[in-house]
Amino acid sequence: MSDFVEQLALCVERGKVNKESLYPPDLKGQDGADELAKQALERGLQPDTILKGCILGMDRIGSKFSQNKAFVPELLMAAKAMTAAMDHLKPFFQSGEVKRKGTLIIGTIAGDLHDIGKNLVAMVVEGGGFEVVDLGTDVSTEKFLAAIEAHPGSIVGMSALLTTTMVNMESAIRAIKEKYPDTMVLVGGAPVTQQFADRIGADGYSPDPQGAVAILNKKVA
Amino acid sequence: MTFLAKVKSGKVLISDGAWGTFLHEKGLQPGECPELWNVTRPDDVYDIAKSYIDAGADMIETNSFGGSRFKLEHYGLADRAAELNEAAAAISKKAAGDACNVLGSIGPTGKILIMGDITEDEIYDAFKIQAMALAQGGADAIVVETMTAIDEAVLAIRAAKENTPLPVICTFTFEKTIEGDYKTMMGVSPEMMASAVLPAGADVIGANCGNGMERMIDIITVLRRIAPGTPLLVHANAGAPIVQKGKTLFPEKPQDMFKLTPRLIEAGANIIGGCCGTTPAHIAAIARAVKLYEKDK
Ligand code: B1M
Repeated sequence: MSDFVEQLALCVERGKVNKESLYPPDLKGQDGADELAKQALERGLQPDTILKGCILGMDRIGSKFSQNKAFVPELLMAAKAMTAAMDHLKPFFQSGEVKRKGTLIIGTIAGDLHDIGKNLVAMVVEGGGFEVVDLGTDVSTEKFLAAIEAHPGSIVGMSALLTTTMVNMESAIRAIKEKYPDTMVLVGGAPVTQQFADRIGADGYSPDPQGAVAILNKKVA
Repeated sequence: MTFLAKVKSGKVLISDGAWGTFLHEKGLQPGECPELWNVTRPDDVYDIAKSYIDAGADMIETNSFGGSRFKLEHYGLADRAAELNEAAAAISKKAAGDACNVLGSIGPTGKILIMGDITEDEIYDAFKIQAMALAQGGADAIVVETMTAIDEAVLAIRAAKENTPLPVICTFTFEKTIEGDYKTMMGVSPEMMASAVLPAGADVIGANCGNGMERMIDIITVLRRIAPGTPLLVHANAGAPIVQKGKTLFPEKPQDMFKLTPRLIEAGANIIGGCCGTTPAHIAAIARAVKLYEKDK
């Protein structure tokens, strides 16, 4: 099993999506994240184990990225490989075999088009047993409100990557709290800090996806 | 004299400063399309262009950085790309008059080719529409700027060269890595950039955004070494942004840029202007520094 986790982690880290993929050149012809996840499920491995391999791989490429040893293309290919693996877990979740712990409505804040980090959070939260409603990027306050209306009792997650857009989270939170005072709002993204989250009235902040899942788990426990 | 002849005359030329911050000061709201102002608020756009000419710029850009159909799509304006770009160039041309030049600005589409969510042909066509409209509106050159990926930059250069008679400038945005060298967020070094965009047809290359003047000196030093005969352009930020009370501030003052300009010229820059956070006062300071430098020479 640990062998499998290691193999999948490598595929995710290197951005090896599937067998046909020509990227990266040195892994040409080998199984990718897609095949490995499929085989693992067939052999009866737990979705949790598959998720663990993905996160391990993403962690590794993420730390290379922050050390300038990997760049955006590598990061995107890794996210693509992770998506390929996670796609096999979707039917598993949706069949009702696993009971969803709750729903997270997630989106990148108004004016902001960065979605790499937000997508990773969405995938890991989904893998952590929650239903995810992804509103995409440049999400207006109205869109957040409409989504809460459509999915009562959900938790809201906001991501921001620009110092010029993170301030938009404050007005969005204010509007949400006014209309739905019991809705929990979680914020994140590179320029966001715990201090900033506290100041704008967010209920939770995490610097990474795993932390976001931990906060959600505590909330629904 | 043609734009390229002026650039190659050996005189250091002055370019303009920031547009985005200026538009916001004039009332552009978050979520509003800057390029739409070329038809709805042409006088305000003209004011910006004119203020840089008055500050001493030899050339000004156009309000068309996000004028590709992929950026305009975001505001439901994709089909108006040609109209908005042509209007952008016409406004700057009016401000520049016959003595100064207009650089038609083309920024990134925001799409990433290696992800396969878009084809090369689609990107090429988008840049072709933009470049042709800018030429139509009166641009003297095209500036493909703030690029980080080689594939996208090369498509933009080719689209401009193959569909307009204009010379093309190409600038990338580099960041200093932990190792101390410079790379774009896509992992492209100045060396990799030059060896791709020169064969694609760029007449002038350089760097814009992402760095203040100090770091631009490092980048220009590298580019000068790899491309000894190519004119080099710099559009430096007014330093690295700092956030204070939810507002983004750029710390480099006109006086700081005045002091650094001679070193930037020594490093090999032929055209010097500003990017984010710079104002007509910064451009006037650079122009003064260049004059003094040329006099002392
Ligand atoms: C809900 O709870 C949670 C909890 C945790 C959460 C969370 C939510 N959301 C995130 N997390 C956390 O979990 C994730 C996984 O660990 C993490 O997510 P992150 O998103 O932080 O991390 C990602 C996994 C990896 N990081 C990223 O994906 C961002 C990488 C960098 C290189 C970056 C990218 C890729 C892009 N960019 Co942009 N970009 C930069 C970035 C510079 C850098 N080297 O970091 C940054 C953020 N960009 C910047 C800029 C200026 C811009 N960008 C722009 C555009 C782009 C691209 C489109 C080219 C591309 C985005 C592609 C995409 N589809 O997302 C422009 C803005 C467009 C817009 N309106 O949004 C433009 C304005 C550039 C221009 N002049 O056009 C800078 C911001 C400066 C500032 N002070 O605000 C920047 C720091 C680069 C720089 N050094 O100048 C955590 O934060």
